[in-house]
Amino acid sequence: MTSPRGGRTGRILIPYAMLAPGIVLFVLFMAAPILYTLVLSFQKTQVEGLGLGSGARKTVFAGLENYAAALDPEFLASVGRVLLYGLILVPAMLLLALLFALLLDSRRSRATTFSRVTIFLPYAVPAVISSLLWGFLYLPAVSPAYWIFERLGWDAPRILSNDLVIFAIANIALWGGVGFNMIVMYTSLRAVPTEIYEAARLDGATETQIALRIKVPIIAPAVVMTALFSMVATLQVFAEPTTLRPLSNSLSTTWTPLMKVYRDAFTRDDLGSAAASSVVIALATFLLSFLFLRIVQRRAFGQED
Amino acid sequence: MRASTRLAAAATIAVAALTAGGCSAGGSGDQPVELTYWAWAPNLDKVVEIWNDQNPDIQVTVNKQDGGDPAITKLLTAIKAGSGAPDLIQAEYQKIPTLVSSDALADISGELDGSVADEFSDGTWDSVTLGGDAVYAVPQDSGPMMFYYRADIFEELGLAVPTTWDEYAEAARAVTAARPGSFLGTFSANDAGWFSGLAQQAGASWWGIDGDAWSVDIDAEPTQKVAQYWGGLVEEGVIDNKPMYTPEWNAGLNDGTQLGWISSVWGPGVLAGNAPDTEGLWKAALLPQWNAGDEANGNWGGSSTAVTTQSDHTAEAVEFATWLNTDPEAVAALADISGVYPAAVDAAADALSDPPAFIANQPEFYELAAQASEQVQNFTYGPNVNVAFSAYNDEFATAAEARTAAAFTEAVRRMQKITVDDLESAGFTVE
Repeated sequence: MTSPRGGRTGRILIPYAMLAPGIVLFVLFMAAPILYTLVLSFQKTQVEGLGLGSGARKTVFAGLENYAAALDPEFLASVGRVLLYGLILVPAMLLLALLFALLLDSRRSRATTFSRVTIFLPYAVPAVISSLLWGFLYLPAVSPAYWIFERLGWDAPRILSNDLVIFAIANIALWGGVGFNMIVMYTSLRAVPTEIYEAARLDGATETQIALRIKVPIIAPAVVMTALFSMVATLQVFAEPTTLRPLSNSLSTTWTPLMKVYRDAFTRDDLGSAAASSVVIALATFLLSFLFLRIVQRRAFGQED
Repeated sequence: MRASTRLAAAATIAVAALTAGGCSAGGSGDQPVELTYWAWAPNLDKVVEIWNDQNPDIQVTVNKQDGGDPAITKLLTAIKAGSGAPDLIQAEYQKIPTLVSSDALADISGELDGSVADEFSDGTWDSVTLGGDAVYAVPQDSGPMMFYYRADIFEELGLAVPTTWDEYAEAARAVTAARPGSFLGTFSANDAGWFSGLAQQAGASWWGIDGDAWSVDIDAEPTQKVAQYWGGLVEEGVIDNKPMYTPEWNAGLNDGTQLGWISSVWGPGVLAGNAPDTEGLWKAALLPQWNAGDEANGNWGGSSTAVTTQSDHTAEAVEFATWLNTDPEAVAALADISGVYPAAVDAAADALSDPPAFIANQPEFYELAAQASEQVQNFTYGPNVNVAFSAYNDEFATAAEARTAAAFTEAVRRMQKITVDDLESAGFTVE
């Protein structure tokens, strides 16, 4: 059959024409900024003398100076903090999500749609808003929780203090992420053929045994995927600590790596360092994801090979 | 291709026709000079209308901005791009050195009438000259610091209004002793302008120009004294360490557990918004002094009118900026219509009579403010105020949480080091 609108070449070009808008957008909003960031990361502003008057500032090639500066103690401390934060957050979030998914999938649960929506709902609230709401709950003078503790005569810990603030932030992110991860796991649970469960029940397996020995191994790929997404999101934590920072003395402007990038770029007007730190963060994220997948791939995706 | 060329040609002709029309509407041959002015103070365009009515040959258009920081970012972008900057811009005092070192502000000392300097307090004038011979802006409004306190609770506790910092410390102890959980004030680590104002009162000037080099004097006796003082009170537990502007702090102002606030002339506006239940209960006083009988004060906030390097009409722009900030009619309009506290000392005193509504119980409010304004000490800002201020946030947050005087003085040392390191790595000559 020949196309009525043109010959062979026309047909070959059609897919490219349809891809073009996507490619143009990708180049404009992804590739070009990444390239520009790379360029910036090798530049710095050099000033002479007092730096007053015209021509006092010029942009010069900085070599690897910005990268050396990017790996300063402040940055490394923020990386350490985020790793600890991830160790608290990711396992707690995934276990809760898995628990909720299994409970919703069990035969005895009622009102599953309502529960699903309720657990998912916090995910739909932007991080800045949920941080503001939690911020109110964390401040003793305005928090209903502290009010109740006081009435009961209990000594409530100050959650915005140096030692606990990491849990305060992990808690906000936890409720923001549980719903999404739960939906992913629940969806893959629904895709499991019910015959498997019937067979197990005939063999005398309890609901708990079915959940742990059959359901969890089958949805392992979904769990791995949510773990990967959660890790990447953890490395990018920014909105929660930034929103809580004005409420507390415990959060510095460089509390997480991205906060340091933001401070360098927009508060200190040092685009070179900010760009170099961004490149380091991007590379680290890539490397971590790659390593994580290498380690778990065989076990999780074994049956798909 | 051909169609678009024709379209462009048509557009050019249309624009030319419109421009020609605009010119002929301007009238009698001589075109008025058109100036653009980026500003964010409320209703500034209404103040500028007075000028436009009186000066048909110099017409100023106010271009409303989102606020201080966005306007500065926009200006710096326009300066880098080489075009698009306005003739005039409203610039906060601490932004001036950064703008000057980015070559955004014109030195207007050549066009400016020499007597203009006399209209302002020495401290305010110093902020627009950076302590040198050049003049980079005309001061517009200032923020002399003042002490606000709950007059009713002071009376109840039998406390006198402190006039020295020693008395303030005594009052703080008395307040916390009489009402546990209440404080005379808080040491806040989230506003560097507040702390630099207090250091300014104590005689600090964090930057200076010495020949061809910048000097940084954050870690010097005056600032150390202020840090030691507040650190001591926090360590004692008689001054709170919570940041300002949090829901918790607002609640404290409103329910009387925060019964004092070291603030600025614009304080009543903030109190009206954050503690509306306490209207009529507050009074203002001059800032306590380090030595009885001293007359020193610091500035927190305030802005100026600057001419940009891209303006083709510097002389006219200077003429307008001078009028706006020194002419009695303009200053009165700035105070009444824009609600700012004008920097011109005498003109402001004439223009301001009735106290702000929130503090209507104190008719002499603006007389006090004028006194506070006259006492503002010299203070020079440097080219990396942003770095020093962000260092303040981090270092003093740690110190406020540690609650020891030693941590406070250490924070000052760290600020000095971070500020100097940044200047040096940028290539500035530092003494």
